[in-house]
Amino acid sequence: MTAAAPLDTSAGLEANRQALEHGARTETRMRLRLTLPALVVVVVLMVCPILWLLSLSLVGQDGRLGLENYALFFSEPVYVEMFLNTFLIAFIVTIICVLLGYPVAYLLAILPPKWSGILMLAVLVPFWTSGLVRTFSWLIILQRNGIVNKSLIGLGIIGKPVALVHNMTGTVIGMVHIMVPFLILPLYASMKAIDGNLMRAGANLGSSPTHAFFRIFLPLSLPGLVAGMIMVFVMCLGFYITPAILGGGKIKMIAQRIQESISLYPTWGPASALAVLLLLMTALCLFISLRLVRRLASGR
Amino acid sequence: MTERKTSALPVQVQMLSKHFGAVRAVDDVTFDIRPGELLTLLGPSGSGKTTLLMMIAGFSRPTQGSIRIAGQEIVHLPPHRRNIGMVFQNYALFPHMTVGENVAYPLRLRKFGRSEVEERTRRALDMVQLAGYDTRRINELSGGQRQRIALARAIVFEPRVLLMDEPLSALDKHLREAMQIEIRQLHDRLGMTTISVTHDQREALTMSDRIAVFSNGRLAQIGTPTELYEKPESRFIAEFIGESTFLPLKPTPRGLAYGDQPVRLAEELPASGGDSLLMLRPERLRLVAPGSETGSGEEANLFQGQVRTVVFQGESLLFEVVLDGGHKVSVRMANRSENLRQLPRAGDRVALRLERADARIVRAEGRA
Repeated sequence: MTAAAPLDTSAGLEANRQALEHGARTETRMRLRLTLPALVVVVVLMVCPILWLLSLSLVGQDGRLGLENYALFFSEPVYVEMFLNTFLIAFIVTIICVLLGYPVAYLLAILPPKWSGILMLAVLVPFWTSGLVRTFSWLIILQRNGIVNKSLIGLGIIGKPVALVHNMTGTVIGMVHIMVPFLILPLYASMKAIDGNLMRAGANLGSSPTHAFFRIFLPLSLPGLVAGMIMVFVMCLGFYITPAILGGGKIKMIAQRIQESISLYPTWGPASALAVLLLLMTALCLFISLRLVRRLASGR
Repeated sequence: MTERKTSALPVQVQMLSKHFGAVRAVDDVTFDIRPGELLTLLGPSGSGKTTLLMMIAGFSRPTQGSIRIAGQEIVHLPPHRRNIGMVFQNYALFPHMTVGENVAYPLRLRKFGRSEVEERTRRALDMVQLAGYDTRRINELSGGQRQRIALARAIVFEPRVLLMDEPLSALDKHLREAMQIEIRQLHDRLGMTTISVTHDQREALTMSDRIAVFSNGRLAQIGTPTELYEKPESRFIAEFIGESTFLPLKPTPRGLAYGDQPVRLAEELPASGGDSLLMLRPERLRLVAPGSETGSGEEANLFQGQVRTVVFQGESLLFEVVLDGGHKVSVRMANRSENLRQLPRAGDRVALRLERADARIVRAEGRA
């Protein structure tokens, strides 16, 4: 900036080179400074607690380091069963969310903006409502004398009330209700990105609407669908309130067990070990499915 | 030329309209497309040309009217039953399929045998000079290659008619000009009735057998490129196809005149009403020494004026001349050494010479 020497002198070129290098360094520093606050938050609020959790899980009842807490789970089949149960519920909820959410996302994507706006509101309003409120609402709706049972009896479809709550059914219903938007939103975004002319091209080349859907639209929406499924599945693994209330104590998921461990044992060790196991399994699921998504996105 | 097919079919569009509420996107349009012809629908944006193409393809439902291919009414058929090939503006190639799968898509639907599908796909890729590209992915192709694949996919199943929606608009200028010639040659080989849409008049002139010019949803004029260029029926056509400037003429007992100056015309004037405009094509005017007079027997008109600007445009020079009557006229001069010897400069007085054979009249219409 300051050098006024003619450029054809080597001194002028050298001055320019230094000024340009200085500019590049400043830019790098600036970028680091902008990242710093977020980095601090992540380290303090996420990395540190997880490391602490890990260290707690390695401390046994007698205060010595060891894998005692982990050995506890693998020795008792009830824990293995509970883990399997958690994954089963997460899987069922994910599948139901796909069946319910795909048509809604499709409608959102193809409706004119005016109507899709209203429909989107219908998806988002429950999404914004507290999960606790929605869970208790389901308890009322699904109970023995709830509106569902009364209606079904009134219509003569069933003779006596069926158990819709305090079991797997109730748990799944409540969880699906909470999780469906998490499937719809990423799916909708990926459907919106599909060029409308592709379906027209399919029709032009001779595909009936159904054929074009399965051959063109569905494959192109798969990355968004899988992204939504991962989100739903992973979040389901950590559910606590809904299975606790709608499962009525009969349905146990990992999060409940963690809570029970805390009250059951004098130390934090067993609960921490459970939490670490859950974290590891969730990370594993995430890792596998992200690879799947990447492969889908880059074409078969 | 040897593969020329005899199966080219005529298309008839009759009294076709498409209304969106009060807006008449296409308004009572009737024209015929001859078998094997390459017809271009040309017009500014919003003129209805694309809506018309979408109605032929079946993606837009007409408010009324008829579209027939070889005499068969297709207006009520869904798009997948029309058997019409189409090249989309953004190509609309299926990104999750390879080049080969894209081209084979319409063949598989038509239940061709495996070897037949392979043979036809290979031939189509050959025809667009992309032989051996079958296994490539769409995102590995350049814009020009995508364009060719879209073309191959549209012709591989030998559709009754080929439609092209602004097929070259996404390409850069050089590639576009090369593809214009290539599409024209491909069309000559296939002999397929083809309807193309463009807003680029040069593309229309280069590729078409005939051009249908649209304005505000109506067909303004249909004809060969030469007819439209040499004998435009309205000021709109004269302005839209090629460049033109216009001089208003007044009727006098001895014919039409510009100011006091009688104008010698190429042909007798049609008696129809409306103001008359003299159409001046920049390349048909010649700059001559100021004050030159035409002899009484001479077959030319001279207009006196002053050069305002001279613009160098590479292959030609463009002069803006203000006539003594106050009208601005553009004159184009080829960039040739004999023209450059005595080049007029801004401010010089000049005369413009217009041969009688080039003196064309267009009607002024309402918007003159």
